[in-house]
Amino acid sequence: MTVVDARAPLQVSALAGAWQRLRSNRNWLGFWFMVPAAGFLILFLAYPLGLGLWLSLTDARIGRGGSFVGLENYQWLSDDSVFWLSVFNTLLYTFVASVIKFAVGLYLALLLNRHMPFKALIRAAVLIPFIVPTVLSAIAFWWIYDAQFSIISWSLRKLHLISENINFLGDGNWARASVIFANIWRGVPFVAITLLAGLQTVSPSLYEAATLDGATAWQRFRYVTYPLLTPIIAVVMTFSVLFTFTDFQLIWAMTRGGPVNATHLMATLSYQRAILSGRLGEGAAIATAMIPFLVAAIGISWFGLQQRKWQQGGPNND
Amino acid sequence: MPDFIPSRRSLLLGGVAAATGLAAIPADQWLGFARAWAEAAPWKPEAGAKINLLRWKRFVEAEDVAFMAMVQAFSKATGVEVNVSNESYDDIQPKASVAANTGQGLDMVWGLYSLPHLFPDKCLDMTDVATYLGGKYGGWTASAEAYGKSGAKWIGVPVAATGSLLNYRISACEKAGFKEFPKDTAAFLELCRGLKKNGTPSGMALGHASGDANGWVHWALWSHGGYLVDKDDKVIINSPETAKALEYVKQLYDTFIPGTASWNDSSNNKAFLAGELYCTNNGISIYVTAKREKKEIADDMNHAYMPVGPVGKPTELHLAFPILTFQFTKAPQACKAFAAFMQEADQFNPWVSAAQGYLTPFLAAYDANPIWTSDPKVTPYRDVAKRTLTPAGIGTLGEKAAAAVADFIVVDMFANYCTGREDLKGAIAGAERQAKRIYR
Repeated sequence: MTVVDARAPLQVSALAGAWQRLRSNRNWLGFWFMVPAAGFLILFLAYPLGLGLWLSLTDARIGRGGSFVGLENYQWLSDDSVFWLSVFNTLLYTFVASVIKFAVGLYLALLLNRHMPFKALIRAAVLIPFIVPTVLSAIAFWWIYDAQFSIISWSLRKLHLISENINFLGDGNWARASVIFANIWRGVPFVAITLLAGLQTVSPSLYEAATLDGATAWQRFRYVTYPLLTPIIAVVMTFSVLFTFTDFQLIWAMTRGGPVNATHLMATLSYQRAILSGRLGEGAAIATAMIPFLVAAIGISWFGLQQRKWQQGGPNND
Repeated sequence: MPDFIPSRRSLLLGGVAAATGLAAIPADQWLGFARAWAEAAPWKPEAGAKINLLRWKRFVEAEDVAFMAMVQAFSKATGVEVNVSNESYDDIQPKASVAANTGQGLDMVWGLYSLPHLFPDKCLDMTDVATYLGGKYGGWTASAEAYGKSGAKWIGVPVAATGSLLNYRISACEKAGFKEFPKDTAAFLELCRGLKKNGTPSGMALGHASGDANGWVHWALWSHGGYLVDKDDKVIINSPETAKALEYVKQLYDTFIPGTASWNDSSNNKAFLAGELYCTNNGISIYVTAKREKKEIADDMNHAYMPVGPVGKPTELHLAFPILTFQFTKAPQACKAFAAFMQEADQFNPWVSAAQGYLTPFLAAYDANPIWTSDPKVTPYRDVAKRTLTPAGIGTLGEKAAAAVADFIVVDMFANYCTGREDLKGAIAGAERQAKRIYR
């Protein structure tokens, strides 16, 4: 009894001391602050990603677990012309839509950055395509592109410019152009408004100095605006590319990947194979195949961003 | 909300009954029958049972109204709460698949074609319900057994089929030189050519339209003797017969109105009703809508069976609607009671009447429903449940056939060739490759 009595307070005080040290340790505290966020990331990002990777290595079907089949799904896909078509479509869709979204968005941002009447109202109006739910705008476009009731075909026919309806969604190339246009329409506001925010951080004194030095409008843009805007361009374009690359709703609501797979993106093909025809493993493999492309896209913008650090000033000046 | 829904329904019921000229079915009469039925039925719903039911979104409004009245009568008589949600044809299957995979969300799904066969392990054994109904109402058609059974077990109860028949404008066909609608594929091609020449084109969906596109491309394939698989489920799509079917459809496609490759299930309805399309394959929904909104089109249209091809016998695929119950439901008895109640004569007859030909029962006794003889233009739809093959063709309807039809293998084969994306060999090889993976 006495031995125990003598030892207990000692232990307690040692424990309390450790606890005291731990409590004042900023890293320990920081760890706990990070736990909720990390928990969310693991539960909602890392776990589904891991599960997707695992599924892609199995022959799982809807309603029943699969067994491990190694890279069989990938082998099958490597020889699947529809899969490669969807890869081509995704790259084309992402590249064309992103480039045009950037060009139009930047132009719009420069316009909106000027002083004009009803500035706030116009800026708000520009955001509308971005606010409308994707599926709603997709359905509107679906009507605009309808094979029989297209408003565009109708107008052109009434103007006697064409004699037959344009086969917007029934012809492969027309369909690709149509969905890319719809994506651009939706994506431009995001690019424009974000770039506008970037433009407004550019100090007017720089423009004054440039003007005093006799810079033309183009030179002011090329040597003042553009360099100062690059970090935000990198961020915007990263997001824009990611959103476009993983687009699903717009395509699904308008064409479901048709006509004859001409507008299938990797995301829609993955859904078609996994959920509609029930081959979860194959669908997961298609989704997993998107990851390298996405990592590459992020990598390019990330390293682009790193190189521009000197432009932001600060301690890293070199 | 619960207060609002019944009143809206009763409003609709009144409105539609007045609009279609159907005698309104007194709700209390149904309820009386439902109460008596619930007393006697072999399935006793669990106390406090709830059923979450997903069904396809209606193409004939009155059919939906009658369906909801039936659901209400069932709820009142048995105390089982039934939540009905609607999805378009194409969205039924993904939702059902997700529910099957996660084991929650839905108890019953009233879907298309071979839906129960996509996940047979997840379907409750409905053999007792099917046996009960078959015994009471003159037996099931052969197609119903193929659709409902997996082995010896019924995994779904076929409720009705909707015919994929040719809808045509009488005057346009006469102008193209056909007083009577063609009975064989060669004459049908001539008709379509004539229609195109007169500027009154035909057109059938060649996009991913679950009902319409599957319906006619399977007819085209089978009518030339081509099949995806043989009776032992061996892939035999790569055959001279398939090539002939492709050539035939390509010729047909060249006479079509532009844009059919992008059509979904509602596209041909809209184009036909707008007077831009003069011949297409569809259920009776175009006619039903035309009677209400476009009298002149209704008077000038009629229905015909798909023409017979070189094989010399009808090869039709109509759209079946089986209802399935998930085995993870908490209320299996309530679900079985509901599935049985759906097809009891006292309420099934008024419902089939309200559908005006859109729903063709699989039970022999319902051939006597007066709707089939009420209008000669409706009569062809009476026999579609007897005439239809299943999407498996001569093979076994099961998980593999269900996957093949869900993946639009046959539709894409025809579309690939018709739109010129692939040559004949390439289109067949692509379909064969996909089918072999499914049927391995």
